[in-house]
Amino acid sequence: MLKVRVIPTLLWKNLGLVKGIAFDSWRSVGTVMPALKVYNTRDVDELILVDIAATLEARHVDYEELNELAAECFVPLTVGGGVRTIDDIRNLLRAGADKVSINSTAYDHPQLVSEGAERYGSQCIVASIDARKRADGQHECFSHAGTRATGREPSAWARELEALGAGEILITSVERDGTMQGYDLELVRAVTEAVSIPVIASGGAGNYEHIYQAINDSGASAAAAASIFHFTHQTPMEAKAYLASQDIPVRNANVRQGFRQSA
Amino acid sequence: MSVLVIDYGMGNLGSVRRSLEECGATLVISEDPAAINGCSKLILPGVGAFPDGMDHLQRAGWVEAIHDAVNVRGLPMLGICLGMQLLASMGYEGGTTKGLGLIPGIVKRLEPTAEKVRIPHVGWNELHRQRDDDLLAEVPDRSDFYFVHSYHFVPDDNHDTVATTPYCGEFVSMVAKDNVYGVQFHPEKSSRPGFQLLKGFLKH
Repeated sequence: MLKVRVIPTLLWKNLGLVKGIAFDSWRSVGTVMPALKVYNTRDVDELILVDIAATLEARHVDYEELNELAAECFVPLTVGGGVRTIDDIRNLLRAGADKVSINSTAYDHPQLVSEGAERYGSQCIVASIDARKRADGQHECFSHAGTRATGREPSAWARELEALGAGEILITSVERDGTMQGYDLELVRAVTEAVSIPVIASGGAGNYEHIYQAINDSGASAAAAASIFHFTHQTPMEAKAYLASQDIPVRNANVRQGFRQSA
Repeated sequence: MSVLVIDYGMGNLGSVRRSLEECGATLVISEDPAAINGCSKLILPGVGAFPDGMDHLQRAGWVEAIHDAVNVRGLPMLGICLGMQLLASMGYEGGTTKGLGLIPGIVKRLEPTAEKVRIPHVGWNELHRQRDDDLLAEVPDRSDFYFVHSYHFVPDDNHDTVATTPYCGEFVSMVAKDNVYGVQFHPEKSSRPGFQLLKGFLKH
């Protein structure tokens, strides 16, 4: 049976590991390499690594740094941040990313998604959507690390991204991000119902029940989370043990040690 | 003798390289079919579309070189993901394309068996062993491997099926015929069981 994935998200800024609240109030939570090594040793399902400053600073990810990080990672690694051209996709894949997450550029240049999917395969194109709930109760997509309104509605945009060739959708609630108050289940459900490609829920996980809700109530194929793993004692492994107890299929629910010591 | 990883411009070879090195292999990654001469094993990795994959192999002169190495010299070969699919006789992705024909069979799109079944098949899923094989000797049965694909291999001969995986019904996730192996999943991204399988191939 296909397993539900629990995916730690590592946000990366100026070589440091950070976490904010609602895409703001960033605080340093260490450095990326030790965190990545720990997650790899603990054999997480997958990792997402996003350079949150790349788009705003109009630069790309530091490929050399990424190359060093990827060398320590033996599970699938999705990398995002500042992806603007087909060359950026190529360079990220070459530096060790397995999948590339495209967000801001897709709004003005949707052909980046289609060309990326055509050239490198849909499987490595993760279309990332950041959305806020407006005062009128409607959701709207935001680009540039949550700073620019796009006027687009998330589920319609997700459908377009699927048609362009995206292999997965990463849907993040901007205002839930970092709050640990739970995913925006309504937003996640709207997107999973709109597309037939896998959807990763992101933004707001504060406990294992939240992760269960994103999967069970909203139909996500995977749950991404950061704060819960940075700021609490909760772990991806225990999250999966909880999911297993709720009859959600997960991988290695009861394996406690990593693989590398005995590999 | 070293293991040749065939670089035909289809995707990221970094993770394949790193995981094989982690398993202790001596590697050659080459775009030049002449590199086969100094090697004792072949790995055909790759992600992307079947027609592009065959086109790239043909243009660089790999097709004959691979046939010679596998059929005449008898070198073991492992195809991973698209590399597995290209072992087939025919692919039905974006038209009809002749494959390498090393393991008789076709490659076709996964068909959802229910409304909730999402394509591509992305994530960790288990292997159901259909027969014993050296590459799986150290891999516990029902181990999870990492998959990401929309097409799957249908071998002509059931005996070439080593393992299947439950998705869209049950599809063939590992094939083997004589010295040629193919895996639909990514052992290089599959943590411990992936290493166990790659080590099995290196020992072979």
